[in-house]
Amino acid sequence: MSTIFGISTPALFGQILIGLINGSFYAMLSLGLAVIFGLLRVINFAHGAQYMLGAFAAYLLLNYLGIGYWPALILAPLIVGAIAVVIERTMLSRLYGVDPLYGLLLTFGLALILEGAFRYWFGAAGQPYAAPPQLTGAVNLGFMFMPIYRGWVVIASLFICLGTWLLIEKTRLGAYLRAATENATLVQAFGVNVPLLLTLTYGLGAALAALAGVLAAPIYQVSPLMGTNLIIIVFAVVVVGGMGSILGAIVTGYMLGVLEGLTKVFYPEASSIVIFVIMAIVLLVRPAGLFGREE
Amino acid sequence: MAVGTQYLAEQPKLRTSSMVLGVIAIAALLAAPFFFYPVMLMSVLCFALFACAFNLLIGYVGLLSFGHAAFFGGAAYVTAHAAKVWGLEPLTSILLGVAGAAVMGLIIGFVAIRRQGIYFAMITLALSQMFAFICLQVPFTHGEDGIQGVPRGYLLGFIDLNQPLTMYYVTLAIFLFGFFAIWRIVNSPFGNILKAIRENERRAVSLGYRVDRYKLGAFVMSAALAGLAGGTKAIVFQFATLTDVQWQMSGEVILMTLLGGIGTMIGPIVGAGLVIALQNYLAASDFPVTVLIGIIFVICVLLFRRGIVGEILELMRRKTKGAS
Amino acid sequence: MSSAPLLEVRGLNAWYGESHVLHGVDLNIREGETVTLLGRNGAGKTTTLRAIMGILRRREGVIRLRGQDLLRLPLHKVAQAGIGYVPEERGIFASLNVSENLMLPPTVSEGGMSVEEIYSLFPNLHERRSSQGTKLSGGEQQMLAIARVLRTGARIILLDEPTEGLAPVIVQRIGDVLVALKKRGMTILLVEQNFRFAKKVADRFYLMEDGRMVNSFPGHELDARMDELHEVLGV
Repeated sequence: MSTIFGISTPALFGQILIGLINGSFYAMLSLGLAVIFGLLRVINFAHGAQYMLGAFAAYLLLNYLGIGYWPALILAPLIVGAIAVVIERTMLSRLYGVDPLYGLLLTFGLALILEGAFRYWFGAAGQPYAAPPQLTGAVNLGFMFMPIYRGWVVIASLFICLGTWLLIEKTRLGAYLRAATENATLVQAFGVNVPLLLTLTYGLGAALAALAGVLAAPIYQVSPLMGTNLIIIVFAVVVVGGMGSILGAIVTGYMLGVLEGLTKVFYPEASSIVIFVIMAIVLLVRPAGLFGREE
Repeated sequence: MAVGTQYLAEQPKLRTSSMVLGVIAIAALLAAPFFFYPVMLMSVLCFALFACAFNLLIGYVGLLSFGHAAFFGGAAYVTAHAAKVWGLEPLTSILLGVAGAAVMGLIIGFVAIRRQGIYFAMITLALSQMFAFICLQVPFTHGEDGIQGVPRGYLLGFIDLNQPLTMYYVTLAIFLFGFFAIWRIVNSPFGNILKAIRENERRAVSLGYRVDRYKLGAFVMSAALAGLAGGTKAIVFQFATLTDVQWQMSGEVILMTLLGGIGTMIGPIVGAGLVIALQNYLAASDFPVTVLIGIIFVICVLLFRRGIVGEILELMRRKTKGAS
Repeated sequence: MSSAPLLEVRGLNAWYGESHVLHGVDLNIREGETVTLLGRNGAGKTTTLRAIMGILRRREGVIRLRGQDLLRLPLHKVAQAGIGYVPEERGIFASLNVSENLMLPPTVSEGGMSVEEIYSLFPNLHERRSSQGTKLSGGEQQMLAIARVLRTGARIILLDEPTEGLAPVIVQRIGDVLVALKKRGMTILLVEQNFRFAKKVADRFYLMEDGRMVNSFPGHELDARMDELHEVLGV
C-alpha cells in the first residue's frame, strides 16, 4: 500500500474526494447566495432551509408519489422556486427600501419556521434516500475506489456552476441582472421590469439551493437540520470569497471544501473549524475577501 | 433607515416621570417573588440583561451581532467551571465569566469590526459557530452533557444562595447593576461619540475619532455584560450547556430585542419577559417553539420594526407633536 | 408637426419624503421640438425630469404622453411608453462593456436607430465597443448614454445636463449630435445650465426657480432676456 506524507494513498484521495464533494455544495450554495445578494442586497438566511426543502421534496416525491430521482432533479427546484417567488412577492419585497439587516432577520425567521416545522413533522434524525440505480456502485481508479454517485455530484455541480455563470455573463437576462445590481432604478428607467427581475432572481437562487438539496439527499440523508448547519459554513465561505464575483464564490467554495478535506486527514480535530479560522485570517489580511471589491 | 435610528434624537433624559416610573418598577420587582415563581423571574432577569447587552450594540452602535451566544454561553461555562471544579465563591466565578466573555469579545470583535452591516453579522455568526464547535470538543465543557450540578454557594462567603428568595434578590441586584451600567454608558461622552459614529461615521472619522476603537470598545462592553448575564444564569440554574452557545440562542436574544424595541432602554426587558413567558406557556403543549419564534420574527420585521416599546414611544411622540 | 403637445405636464407637485420640491409645474412639448429647462443648481430641473419619468413617485398633477396618463404607471411602463432617459450622472454600467451597455435598453417601439446608424453617428464608440463601460472618457460616456436610448425607438428624450464637466470640443460634438437628432424629428427635453449651448439647439426655453416654473419664451428671445436670465440663474 503506497503512502503520501504518511497517509495511505486511498485514504488521502478518499478524503480529498469528500472535500471536493463538500466543496461542490459550498460552491453551489454560495453561488446562490451571491446571486441573490448581488441584486436584492439580502442575505438569504433561508437558503439552507431551501436546500433542505429540495432534499425533502425529492424524498416526499419518491415516498408518496413514486417519483424518482431524475424527475425530482427538475421538480424539486421548481416547487421550491415557486414557494420562494411567493415569499419574495409577499414579504421580501416590502423590505427593499429598509436597512438590509431586516432582510437578514426576515429570512432568518423563515428559516426557523421551515426548520421547526419539518423537525416537528419528521423528527431530527435523517431519512434515507437511495441514489438512483444508474449511479450506484463504485469505480476503481487505481489509487482509490470512487463511488459513482459522488463522482456524479462533483461533475453535476461543475455543470450547474458553469451554467449559472454563463447565464449571468453571456445572456441578455444576465446583462439585465448585472446592470440592475449596479443601478436598479436606471435599468427600470430603460423599460426593464426590474421588480419582476428581483422576484425571478430570488426564485432562481432558491431553486439552485433546492437542486443542491436533491443532489445531497443520497449522500447526507434528508434531515430538517441539514440546512442551517451548512448555511453558516457557507456564510464563512462567502465572506472569504467576497461578494464581488460569481466566479469568486465558485472557486472559493471548491477550494475551501478541499482544504477542509485535507485538514481532516492531517489534523482531524480542527476540520470542523478550519474554514472559520481561514475566514478570520482573510478578514485580518484582506477584509474585502479574496475576490471581493471594496464597497 | 438604519436599524434603531428613530430614537436617537428622542431618548428622554431623566425626567421626573421617568424617575417615578423607575421607582415604581423597582418596587414591583422587589415585591415580585411573592406573586410569581422566583425561578421564572430570575430567568427573565438573566435574559433581560442579555438582551439589554445585545441592544447596546445594535441600538446604539448600529451593529447587529448574530453571535452573542458565544459571550453568554462562554461565560456560563467559565462560571460553572470556576464554581464547581475550582470551588470559587459565586461572585468571583461570575466575574471570571465576565472576564472570559470580555476576552472573547475582544478577539471576535477585533476580527468582525473589519467589516460592517451585513458582513459584520455574518462574521459574528460564523465565529460564534466556530466557538460552539470548539465547546463541543473541548473536554472541560463535557460536550453534550454540559456542566451540571453547579453549586450556588455562599455569596461573599456568607450569603446562602440556596435560599430562593436570596438568590432572587442577588440576581435582581446584578440585573440592576448591569442595566444602570448600560444606561450610564449610553448617556456618557463615550455614548455620545457612539451615537455620532452611528449617525454619520464618515463625519466622525473626519473629526479625528478612532472609530474602530470606539466600536470595539462598545463591542467588548456588550460582550462583558452578556457574560454577566450568562455567568449569573449558570449560578441560578446550576448548569451550563451547549444550548447556551448555539446560534439559536443568538437568534433568541435578537428576537427579544426586536420584539421589545431596538434602541430603547426597556424594550429588551419587555421582549425578554414576553419570549420567556411564551416559552413557558408552550412547554406544556406540543407546538414547536422554533416555529413560533420564527413567526414572531417575520411579523416583527414586516409590520412591527419598532417593537412594542418603540411603538408606544412613537405614539407618545405623535401625541405631543399633535398637541404642540 | 401636430399642434397638440406630445408631452403635457400640468400642475405637477412632487415630494421627496416630507419635503415639497415641485410646486405646480407646467410644461408642454410638441413633437419634434427641443425644449430647454433652465435654472440654477437646486432649482428643480433634475427633479422635474425624475418626476416626469416616475423615478420620483410621490406626485400629484397631470403628466400625459400623447394623451396617455403616465402618473399612475410604474417606472418601466413609462419607459415603454416611449420616453428615453439620459441621467445627469450618465449611468454607464461598469460590469458591462460598451457594446453591452449600448444593447441593454430594450426596444420600446419601432423607428429606433439601428446599431449601424448609431455607430456611424458615434464612430469612437464603435472603436471602443469591447472596452469596459467605465473605461471611457467623460465625453465618450455621455455619447454612449445618449446612443443607447436612441436604439430603443423612444419618441422623446429627457437629457439631463449633457455638457456638464466636458471640454468645449466635446460640447461642440454633442451639440452636433443634438442637431442631427432634431433633423430626424426627435423630441428633446433638455436640462442645461449652459444656456449658450442650449441656444444652438432649443426652440423654446422654460425658466425654473425653487421648484416653480417662472417663465417661458421662444428661443429667439433669449438674447433680449439676458438680464432676467442673469438674475434668475445667478451668473
